[in-house]
Amino acid sequence: MFRSHVLVCGGTGCHASGCGVVFTALETEIKKAGLEKEVGVVQTGCFGLCALGPIMIVYPEGSFYSLVKDTDIPEIVNEHLLKGRVVERLLYQETVCADEGIKSLNDTGFYKKQLRVALRNCGVIDPDNIDEYIGADGYEALGKCLTEMTPDDVIKIILDSGLRGRGGGGFPTGRKWQLARNLVPDADQKYVCCNADEGDPGAFMDRSVLEGDPHVLIEAMAIAGYAIGADMGYVYVRAEYPIAVKRLQTAIEKAREYGLLGKNIFETDFNFDMEIRLGAGAFVCGEETALMTSIEGHRGEPNPRPPFPAQKGLWGKPTVLNNVETYANIPQIILKGADWYASMGTEKSKGTKVFALGGKVNNVGLVEIPMGTTLREVVFEIGGGIPDGKQFKAAQTGGPSGGCIPMSLIDTPIDFDNLIAIGSMMGSGGLIIMDEDNCMVDIAKFFLEFTVEESCGKCTPCRIGTKRLYETLDKITSGNGTMEDVDGLQALCDYICDNSLCGLGQTAPNPVKSTLRYFRDEYIAHVKDRKCPAGVCTDLLTYKIVDEKCKMCTACIKVCPTEAITGAVKQPHFIDPVKCIKCDACVGKCKFNAIIKE
Amino acid sequence: MAMTKTATPFAGTAAQEEQLIKLIHEIKDERGSLMRVLQEAQEIYGYLPIEVQSMISRELGIPLEKVYGVVTFYSQFSLTPKGKYQIAVCMGTACYVRGAGVILDKFRKLLNITGDEVTPDGLFSINDCRCIGACGLAPVITINEDVYGRLSSTGEEVEEILAKYKE
Repeated sequence: MFRSHVLVCGGTGCHASGCGVVFTALETEIKKAGLEKEVGVVQTGCFGLCALGPIMIVYPEGSFYSLVKDTDIPEIVNEHLLKGRVVERLLYQETVCADEGIKSLNDTGFYKKQLRVALRNCGVIDPDNIDEYIGADGYEALGKCLTEMTPDDVIKIILDSGLRGRGGGGFPTGRKWQLARNLVPDADQKYVCCNADEGDPGAFMDRSVLEGDPHVLIEAMAIAGYAIGADMGYVYVRAEYPIAVKRLQTAIEKAREYGLLGKNIFETDFNFDMEIRLGAGAFVCGEETALMTSIEGHRGEPNPRPPFPAQKGLWGKPTVLNNVETYANIPQIILKGADWYASMGTEKSKGTKVFALGGKVNNVGLVEIPMGTTLREVVFEIGGGIPDGKQFKAAQTGGPSGGCIPMSLIDTPIDFDNLIAIGSMMGSGGLIIMDEDNCMVDIAKFFLEFTVEESCGKCTPCRIGTKRLYETLDKITSGNGTMEDVDGLQALCDYICDNSLCGLGQTAPNPVKSTLRYFRDEYIAHVKDRKCPAGVCTDLLTYKIVDEKCKMCTACIKVCPTEAITGAVKQPHFIDPVKCIKCDACVGKCKFNAIIKE
Repeated sequence: MAMTKTATPFAGTAAQEEQLIKLIHEIKDERGSLMRVLQEAQEIYGYLPIEVQSMISRELGIPLEKVYGVVTFYSQFSLTPKGKYQIAVCMGTACYVRGAGVILDKFRKLLNITGDEVTPDGLFSINDCRCIGACGLAPVITINEDVYGRLSSTGEEVEEILAKYKE
């Protein structure tokens, strides 16, 4: 038994911040201090507060150290682990109270309103150790299903829980399973698939589950297999997630070793095994039919539905496809019951949802909240507000398929239907906050550039329509737009939505539609006043020298490649807007912030 | 993705070819094995020139146009060689709103390359990559295995970072 445990976050965020060297240093120092029998070190999955990585927690005290460097480790080991004195300067400052007490992590703004169901093991257990998962009730739900429940019982409990797909559309999971079980009763083979091709820019919850709690996915997919009558599963993972792939691979091997995958699981006649398939970078493969086409080894193009995957999916067989976060909820629902799950959330959106909170917000990271929490709570309480005293402008949900939500709607309770009603969507859970310095026309253009590149080209409305949308937005942001262009955008958006083959095209215009709806004044400013109010669209900016700040040092004059700046030492400097090519060289050179763009 | 043949002549070795063929024979009976073969082939050669695609087509018995169709569909497969140091600027939304576009432009300007080319000395190639999910560190770039996060939105660190890799 260890008297103390140190949990080091090993998620991608902390990894990139250098948790690897911190971990090594910790092991070395603990050995040096002769504590290796007393202090256990565990590398866990994501704690959520990625902005403050590398992160570590020391138990039993629960001291939360943030922004830890390898050079801090000797102090932590010698002071805290050896002498029991918490190193206060390295603590997450939110946990430090004025009266020198230390409050629990769960009382801090970031964690207080969170409720961890899908992420319950992330940052708590060692993902590479199957025994820790089993110790946290792991595989108990699978055992219960196989030995005490019929497949129809399993489907009923998932139906009653009200769980809806977390990948974007929000289709009821139990209904999906029911269709796959019953539509083709005489199928000789069925498949269970997992969509871990998390393509939405700014969303990383699926990766965090894979990295922090891979066994939950294996357990849930086996349960799905039992429910629909499948004995094979495929996980389609982005190749950009090397840590996640490695941990899932280890987990699958361990599960096989323990007899939790393979033949006669829990000594029943149920067989189930699974394989990982790597994606190769195509956003459209998040669409279910495209994903299956890709697993089959083809170009990942979508197919028209019907037939639905529940009838004809992977290799023409009935298939269930859910995303990682959806699966992560399943074992808990089986163990705690449908009523428990349905007691959380709103009328039509039950349970919790994980969001990847990012952009212009203080506490960037992963948060899990009950459905029905308002955006204001997420941004200003959990997220800790906007950095540098700037003003909130919009929250973007749903990635390239979603929309931008303005300040006037910040008290909207978040759930599937409310987000759609205000012109956005849940998507997979990216939640990007924008402030006054972000131009909404530019953001719409950014997303359209993404969809133009990612459109697979199979259907015309999406392939050509998104390109035309992009061109119009580009025209507007470069100062050549007309009011006819702005009005034409809406009609083109509607046309693409109505006529595209798959979800990618049908939702691609959402960023344009929502910004037109809530930030039309910005479009008009670009067209009529030839100005970008946020100061982003370079073509609409003019560079000026503020005389009060200028020290007349000629540094900008020397660096200007087009000789657009005139003046001399101790004489006023001036930028000729005709010669200026807006290259930003002068701005970078000026030490006195005397050059502004407006 | 570029349709033109690259100026760089194909320099595959017999050992590489043997490695690839051995691998293909190991996994060719797996259903849907083409993707995996392509991924492994790119590991071996660093990119997928037409010569490598022909080998795969021959060994798997899949028409070359189908192989080419798959290669050009997925952004991770490359028809051109990459630089010794591969710079990837994350263009996920969280990075973009914190200035990733400016950083990307700065790299391109300093290295004087556009798109997916390689610098003439073969040292650097740049690509604007999809979200790598390190949104807590936005804006973030990677150079091979090295990660640089929390860069400034004006990209002032870019020159300094590049200097570390220039020999």
